[in-house]
Amino acid sequence: MASLAGRSIVSIKDLSKEEILSVLGKADRLKINPEPRLLEGMVLGSCFFEPSTRTRLSFETAMSKLGGKVVGFADGAVTSAKKGETMWDSMRIIGQYVDVIAMRHPLEGAARRASEATNKPVLNGGDGANQHPTQTLLDLFTIRECQGRIDGLDIALVGDLKYGRTTHSLAQALTHFNVRLHFVAPDSLQMPDYICEELKNAGVEFHIYDKMEDVINEVDIFYLTRIQGERFPDQMEYERIKNVFRLKKEMLSDVRNNLKIMHPLPRVNELDEKIDDTSHAYYFEEAQNGLFVRQALIASVLGKI
Amino acid sequence: MEQKTLSVSAIKDGTVIDHISAGHALKIVRLLDLASHKQVVTIGLNLPSGSLGVKDIIKVAGKELSEEEADRVAMFAPQGTVNIIKDFQVVKKFNTRLPSLITHIIVCPNPKCITNHEAIETKFKTIGNNGQLKLQCHYCEKIFLQSDILEYKNN
Ligand SMILES: [Zn+2]
Repeated sequence: MASLAGRSIVSIKDLSKEEILSVLGKADRLKINPEPRLLEGMVLGSCFFEPSTRTRLSFETAMSKLGGKVVGFADGAVTSAKKGETMWDSMRIIGQYVDVIAMRHPLEGAARRASEATNKPVLNGGDGANQHPTQTLLDLFTIRECQGRIDGLDIALVGDLKYGRTTHSLAQALTHFNVRLHFVAPDSLQMPDYICEELKNAGVEFHIYDKMEDVINEVDIFYLTRIQGERFPDQMEYERIKNVFRLKKEMLSDVRNNLKIMHPLPRVNELDEKIDDTSHAYYFEEAQNGLFVRQALIASVLGKI
Repeated sequence: MEQKTLSVSAIKDGTVIDHISAGHALKIVRLLDLASHKQVVTIGLNLPSGSLGVKDIIKVAGKELSEEEADRVAMFAPQGTVNIIKDFQVVKKFNTRLPSLITHIIVCPNPKCITNHEAIETKFKTIGNNGQLKLQCHYCEKIFLQSDILEYKNN
């Protein structure tokens, strides 16, 4: 396995299965044994060309908890981008100041481009609808944490599977494991063909449903995502689907004991707040795990663990 | 063979690019900037072809196409053959080979791709899938069919 030191992580596909497992293992250790001085004297450039408060705070907190410092900006529209400077120039210059960069950008491919502009490792915190590898890693970490394994699980991906990059990357990453996938979405928002083809090529078993009730009793992980109104040209259709794709506490009466519900958050109305107090809710732990996974990734690309 | 060569006039010295996918000859003319070539360039469109049904063909007088140039046009002629002609005789014949990475030529059809917003040399990975060519943008990672590509850059 190649070391992650000095490498940019732009896409989940940049990581082999061994590398993914190595990051998860390091995140495990950091969750149990914090390392508050590990990155002393190092600086993270937090470059958010588009606001995303939670992802940014998670990266910045991860760096701070390892003893490193953070510089950066929270909204590129008010910084250099507005003066007409190219992203390439910005990243090249910032790369000269800092040791590692976390970035988010509204354009697809921006993080790959940035990784070519600087020789410092770039961690992609989202480039438009393309990739968000730290989300995928924290999802894998969370699945493994709450079930004790990934292999052998039945995992449902639910909601907007057509446009949701979170579910695409997670499905792609799960091709490394021996899992059964269950896709639950309205017909018009089902998993795109190219992902289904990748799964077939990798020999992953998957099934397609249009109602949550059809599968909720038969899975270990129920990964719910938001359906956005702007995806629907017809608002009446959206109102109908919005009510069909709503997970309520009553629907959990016959589920497996070990079922855990995950959600990348923020939620709107697809996930009933009454579920929060049940033993099945695991989305707040999922959000917290982002911190450990990002710590593991930052420390790995800096060659410190 | 005899009849095919008759359908476009013969050249003394130069290159014949044969078995171009029908409808793509003009893209190759643009790509290789053959319009500003100082000698005769003959283009045949929609000629009958045994293997392709219909094909395009280009004959360039006074130019020996390099293998590197041939590979660049391979996207428009995946089954293309290049004949180097000297004194009316074919002295060298080779097939175009699709490179694994196509740089510069393709404009990414994704309007949200960074390559459409900053001056960047585009790169596309070629994915040969049972004869149907697919292209993946190195930056936005989207996968396109060749027919999805609406625009190509000149040199
Ligand atoms: Zn692109």
